[in-house]
Amino acid sequence: MTGEGLALESLLDGTLPSEPLLATFSLDPLVVAVILAMTAVTVLTKIGGIWLVRRVELSERLEAGLNVLPGAIVIAVLGPELAAGGPAEWGAAGLVLVVMWRTESILLALCTGVVAVVAFRGLV
Amino acid sequence: MDPESDEGTPREPGGTDGGEEPPDSSRAPDREPVAFDWEGIRVGFLTCIPVALGVAGYGIAFGVVANQAGLSVAEAALMSATVLAGASQIIAVELWSNPLPVAAIVFTTFAVNLRYSLMGAALQPWFRRLSPPQIYGSLFFMADENWALTMRDLKSGSGRGAFLLGSGIALWLFWVVSTILGVFAGESVGDPSRYGFDFILVAVFVALAAELWEGRPSLVPWVVALGTSVVAADLLPGRWYILLGGLAAAAVEVIRYDR
Repeated sequence: MTGEGLALESLLDGTLPSEPLLATFSLDPLVVAVILAMTAVTVLTKIGGIWLVRRVELSERLEAGLNVLPGAIVIAVLGPELAAGGPAEWGAAGLVLVVMWRTESILLALCTGVVAVVAFRGLV
Repeated sequence: MDPESDEGTPREPGGTDGGEEPPDSSRAPDREPVAFDWEGIRVGFLTCIPVALGVAGYGIAFGVVANQAGLSVAEAALMSATVLAGASQIIAVELWSNPLPVAAIVFTTFAVNLRYSLMGAALQPWFRRLSPPQIYGSLFFMADENWALTMRDLKSGSGRGAFLLGSGIALWLFWVVSTILGVFAGESVGDPSRYGFDFILVAVFVALAAELWEGRPSLVPWVVALGTSVVAADLLPGRWYILLGGLAAAAVEVIRYDR
């Protein structure tokens, strides 16, 4: 990527406005503490749900509820994301859907989506 | 407990199996043996690589934003390696300022990632066969994308209990490396939307939705999730809408169960 080369070049030139080269690899103690706190609460969320359900006997009714979660959460992530977008994003999302249906290739679908959204944004 | 310590020590299949067969079980997950072995890690790793490539585009975007917020390469890489939750990392870095709003950053991270509790719970029908170290070690590597891949794999009846771990390791590698590339590229890439990087997450989820669609039974819960999340995103801060959308759909399904 040319972009990466440019960044390295500007680093070596010392033209980067914010930090000198050494600071690029530095670890600020407060920043590390915040990152570790973020890690702790994230691990808590990742293991918390299953920790709870392992201690409660689930009825089939509850399991039916759990079973719809995967698709429902995917849709809940997508809904507002698409609502905030415009025709370019909707068109690209539609293309991803079509490519997935036809080819079942995730990589092909993702590449199509990214290329399409750039192209559509240029048109709209 | 260090969740990563389990990474290199998968158990033999069948070691934790048996003895927990619910007598009333007619559901598919209960009839399938679930193994935790190298084969599961391998298949998970390879299956996730195309998705991890997509996520790497997102990781570059995160690196760019982290660089603009003033994080060093080491700090951004540390965050990606330990937090491993893209959306919350990007939101946290957007909150980054001087002095650091520590409480706001940590609480927002927790709120954004609360949905992982639901995702983890959804794995229980298969994961109940595994040992606690296998379960919690795998869950450290759970992110949206490999969780969805894992659900698809387990629902197909593969019985690959280590799929989440294998796919998570692939995701972790690409996520950390792309973060580092992103920080270095940060200054010159400028606006990530110019290259469509900002659309990668949406595209990943559209693709996953296409795979998770189960036909008619999915219709009502998905419409409920869609309506709830769009309304909640308007009314509430942060990413509560993800949690609410998922919970509303699950609640409706629990209520409708008899029909």
